[in-house]
Amino acid sequence: MAEMVKKATRESYGLALAELGDRYPNVVVLDADLAEATKTVIFKKKFPERFIDCGIAECNMVGVAAGLATCGKIPFATSFAMFSTGRAFEQVRNSVGYPHLNVKIVGSHAGISVGEDGATHQCLEDLALMRTIPGMVVLNPADHYEMQAAVKAAIEHYGPVYIRLGRLAVESFNNNDDYHFEIGKGITLRDGRDITVIATGLMVSRAREAVKELEKEGIDARLINLHTLKPIDRDIIVKAAKETGKIVTVEEHNVIGGLGDAVCGVLSEEYPTPVVKIGVNDQFGHSGPAVDLLEQYGLCASHIAEVTRQALKK
Amino acid sequence: MEQKEKRALQVAACKIRIGAIEGVYHAKSGHPGGSLSAADIFADLYFRELHVDPKNPKDENRDRFVLSKGHTCPGLYAALALKGYFPWDELKKLRHIGAMLQGHPDMKGTPGIDMSTGSLGQGVSAACGMALAGKLDGKSYRVYSLLGDGEIEEGQVWEAAMFAGHHKLDNLCLIVDNNGLQIDGPVEEVGGPQPIGEKFQAFGFDVQNIDGHDFDAIDAAFAHAKTVKGKPSVIVAKTIKGKDVSFMENQVGWHGKAPNDEQYQVAMRDLNKVLSGLEAE
Repeated sequence: MAEMVKKATRESYGLALAELGDRYPNVVVLDADLAEATKTVIFKKKFPERFIDCGIAECNMVGVAAGLATCGKIPFATSFAMFSTGRAFEQVRNSVGYPHLNVKIVGSHAGISVGEDGATHQCLEDLALMRTIPGMVVLNPADHYEMQAAVKAAIEHYGPVYIRLGRLAVESFNNNDDYHFEIGKGITLRDGRDITVIATGLMVSRAREAVKELEKEGIDARLINLHTLKPIDRDIIVKAAKETGKIVTVEEHNVIGGLGDAVCGVLSEEYPTPVVKIGVNDQFGHSGPAVDLLEQYGLCASHIAEVTRQALKK
Repeated sequence: MEQKEKRALQVAACKIRIGAIEGVYHAKSGHPGGSLSAADIFADLYFRELHVDPKNPKDENRDRFVLSKGHTCPGLYAALALKGYFPWDELKKLRHIGAMLQGHPDMKGTPGIDMSTGSLGQGVSAACGMALAGKLDGKSYRVYSLLGDGEIEEGQVWEAAMFAGHHKLDNLCLIVDNNGLQIDGPVEEVGGPQPIGEKFQAFGFDVQNIDGHDFDAIDAAFAHAKTVKGKPSVIVAKTIKGKDVSFMENQVGWHGKAPNDEQYQVAMRDLNKVLSGLEAE
């Protein structure tokens, strides 16, 4: 059993890059003046010659990454999710996605758990934006161990990958010996029969608490961690729908275009099943301490548990 | 440059113009004006300047060329066909369903295309990335990128220029096809990116202003750019949009329009006249 740690996934990302840098000499890391915040600074300290600060110019950063990739480099172009996927969306689409280049787009400080910086920096659209690009893999790891595994998998996968990072520290739970990360394969964390909760990213830890709460009340909820939004694990979703009949999705993202819609897309085609989506309901966020904001927007264990109870009653 | 070499480049440029018109005519759409203005630059790049081998288009030590003004690919495609990357007849299938030659360059499907471009301002950033990779790997290849004078209204061009200057990418040579016209009218009336040279100079570039239809000048500019150390180069090439097709020269309307049957005949007559004049000399 590996050690129990509580880290933000952005830090896990920086640590993973630095750790894997020796083994993968073609990895280069780009940032847009946010290395201290995105934690690419950890890689920068170890491999200064392979760290490229692009200044506050995300669109150019993505293009430079594309050019580096045509020459065999594996660039990780990193900024806040709002900027790497939002501001530079068209560069990601046309300079990385269309030529299917081996560029990893990384978005830190995703979701409302950015906290005090407020709505301009709280990205609730990145998963939707990145899902629409053909050939783009979309990863949203849930804890320290999963992030480390995801970074390695992204390096070994040829082609564009988006990785979402969080600002808030999260208690790790994937630190068990049989943990196995594979792009496109969801993980069943609890094998219940009454209803299924499917969560992604930071929300997996909150959903774990919710499911524990429900367990005390005798509700046998299945919990699935979908760390990959694209390609989505159709089998695990359809199986859960068939075996539990009801689905609740939880994401720190607009309910439009993210996990909930992806799950609904699969089920409406393969096995129509009632789905309740928990997420940010087509609103902007605002300033405040991250944990308080998550609570206010219903992205906390008690709300997930309550929505799941209500869904069961329907 | 010897007269014979210059004549060969002029012939190549004329054939590139013929190929560009063939492509656009058969596609019934596309961008002839900027293909014709840049034809001499394409000719000099592919038949004198670039260290490339059409038999080994992915050679990691090759020079790179990024057509940042991707819409003028009919000219680039003609240069690549003439160089031997693919058969000349492909030009007549430009923009057709299932054809190799896309409306804007697609590196996945077309040999010799080093970067997919078309969305203006993006190619130059990729060229910076290629130049930086060359520096990181200690390789001696050079990277060239052609931009339009309208294209440089895009903010990303200046992000890239700042990056190239800051990172001292002296293996990068930009060329601005300064034909003075963009879709909505003269560049100076639409967006006003002038003065072009001074702007690049402010971003740390070595700047040369030349006549983009004079092979001695093009050749001398590329030669000088190779001697510049510690900073990127830009060649601002004054050109004539629609060059050598009588009714297209300096006409805004021929930015992105295909000639009809009659216009095609006139264009071919104009260009073949230039060609036979060159070949007779």
